[in-house]
Amino acid sequence: MAAVPNDLLTVVPRGARPWLPGVLGLAVVAVLLGAFFYAESEWEVGVLLAIAAALGLAAPRVPLLASAETAWRARPRLFAWLALLAALGLIGLFREEHLALLMLATALFHIAACMGLNVQFGYCGVVNFAGAAFFGIGCYTAAMLAGHAALPTALIFVLGGACAALIGCVLLVPVLRTRGHYAALVTLAFGVLFRSFMEVNDTFGGPQGVKLPDMTLFGWALAMPPEWFGLDWSFYVNYALLGLALVAGLFVLLSRLERSWIGLALDVVRLDETAAATFGVQLTRWKIFAFVLGNFLMGVAGAMYAVMIAFVAPSSFTLGDSLILVSIVVLGGVGNQWGLLPAVVIVMLVPEKLQFIQEYRFLLYGLLVIAILLFKPDGLLPRRLRRYGTEEAA
Amino acid sequence: MNDATILLRARGLTMRFGGVVALNELDLDVQRGEVLGLLGPNGSGKTTFFNVITGLYAPSAGQVRFADTDLFRASPQQVCRAGIARTFQRSRLCLPLSVFDNLMLGCHIHLDHGLLFNLLRRRRFEAELTRLQRRARELLATFSPALADRLYQPVGAISMIDRRRIEVCRALISDPRLLLLDEPSAGMTHDEADELLADVLRVRAGLGELAIVLIEHEMGLIERVTDRCVVFNYGRKICEGSYRTIAADPWVQEAYLGQG
Ligand SMILES: Nc1ncnc2c1ncn2[C@@H]1O[C@H](COP(=O)(O)OP(=O)(O)OP(=O)(O)O)[C@@H](O)[C@H]1O
Ligand SMILES: [Mg+2]
Repeated sequence: MAAVPNDLLTVVPRGARPWLPGVLGLAVVAVLLGAFFYAESEWEVGVLLAIAAALGLAAPRVPLLASAETAWRARPRLFAWLALLAALGLIGLFREEHLALLMLATALFHIAACMGLNVQFGYCGVVNFAGAAFFGIGCYTAAMLAGHAALPTALIFVLGGACAALIGCVLLVPVLRTRGHYAALVTLAFGVLFRSFMEVNDTFGGPQGVKLPDMTLFGWALAMPPEWFGLDWSFYVNYALLGLALVAGLFVLLSRLERSWIGLALDVVRLDETAAATFGVQLTRWKIFAFVLGNFLMGVAGAMYAVMIAFVAPSSFTLGDSLILVSIVVLGGVGNQWGLLPAVVIVMLVPEKLQFIQEYRFLLYGLLVIAILLFKPDGLLPRRLRRYGTEEAA
Repeated sequence: MNDATILLRARGLTMRFGGVVALNELDLDVQRGEVLGLLGPNGSGKTTFFNVITGLYAPSAGQVRFADTDLFRASPQQVCRAGIARTFQRSRLCLPLSVFDNLMLGCHIHLDHGLLFNLLRRRRFEAELTRLQRRARELLATFSPALADRLYQPVGAISMIDRRRIEVCRALISDPRLLLLDEPSAGMTHDEADELLADVLRVRAGLGELAIVLIEHEMGLIERVTDRCVVFNYGRKICEGSYRTIAADPWVQEAYLGQG
């Protein structure tokens, strides 16, 4: 990837761009992902991982693969649509598979949460080691509201985000005042406190947790198997679609955010506070914006996730879970939303498939993060130079 | 000196760092539209003066007035909004960002940061973007046409000399009333330095009443571009006046002109 110059768009004229390698590349990714969900034995998963790793390593050197990336970058909108179609295709393919769809939906909700972290850390440079806690606040909000109030489900999702954002505000003062390690420690402590608080507090179900009733979103019974096209579907297909809609929506929103004056302001706050302040950037305002928005997204993702698994307990929101979210962001490439896709597969889905890894999960992720920081500090898909999208016109 | 012609007025400005007195009861005026040269040996407090004026350091004592605004212990953001822009002695560009993005930081206070505009009104945003791209390209082209073609390259890939030019452009594009240049030609050859300052003055001619304070060690350059000079030593102003006046000062002759 390093071989592709950053000013590619100014070098290659628009009409000359080949889109075929891009489509091929996308197809390869989709097939690999599909095969991954189909794979049952551990050695099949191993072979797939080896193929994916080989392709990933070879990509910069093999012209066909490299031009796939070129094509993606040249027509981001077209390929985002195609990726969405491919995802829908995969969901259709696995329409009866509970486990595959559950894994897919889980991955999607966690991608959405990581997008929140990316806004905070990747764009603005605000560290947050309590991601699982904010995700958990969303979960608990959904659980409490679904059990005790007759609110529309969509509103519950929004309130999940709002609660996470609001409770996150208690961290604002320390996060804004202190810098670097101290801010990291404050969020870390908050994450640990959240879990302990939930464990001792009987109103929220204590260590046993709370169950959620079946929910309906605008008349769409989420917990019932749908009857679309006269086919049999797993009810998890509802959640996979919900997760896909959330992630796709956030993709559009956040890529617009990134390619705007707001995205630029956030970047500058991260990169050089002194220069930013000298040119009038209100540092505090942007840090609050990023922190609150990020927590909101984590809360929304959490609320949806809770509705899916219909059960919330404190043991799902440990420090380890927060670190997993952070490692997804770091592995994917800080600030690059696309990087979350391969990262979530490696960090969340592979261990599901390779049971023997489960026990050593945290150990492996510790090692993985260290390896990334050593050998590929910018992550699997390093963030690109900002393009606003109208450079050709200028 | 007439009050109405004074743009920046500092009185008794003092900045202490523990025991070090970097600025010592400094009185200094900048006239509207003038080019003021700031001279002094290393460690005499020139950069500290800029840092105090732009709000990066809170002065220990004194007064600062800029036009009609009190800027004593103002925040950097307030100083920026009042119309003061600067460059840094040690270049402070955001290296991973493109040249264009760095210039847009200069425009920050003139940009619309509303959610509606940035997220939903993309057509309007793009129209604004096209206008600013043209503006950035034109401004860069005044300094170096080759640089104008590198608008979308990361600053990290650009030479030190060109980074200096970008930094000057970033300050200029904010449309300031006072421009503080801290050794903008450091690392440049004589000709490059001359050219840079000539370009700054060319842009300034199109901007109306822009005043410039220039920190510079090259006496030849000071002579050619400044209207007036101030010499610092140990945080105090030791002499002030036209280039001829200060060049006649025995202390300056010894320190700068190798005579005496
Ligand atoms: N942040 C700081 N903390 C402590 N001392 C400082 C600080 N900034 C400057 N000083 C001290 O203040 C004095 C003036 O420094 P300043 O950088 O203003 O000098 P200068 O005139 O710009 O010198 P040069 O020509 O080398 O750039 C020096 O003695 C320096 O050590
Ligand atoms: Mg200095």
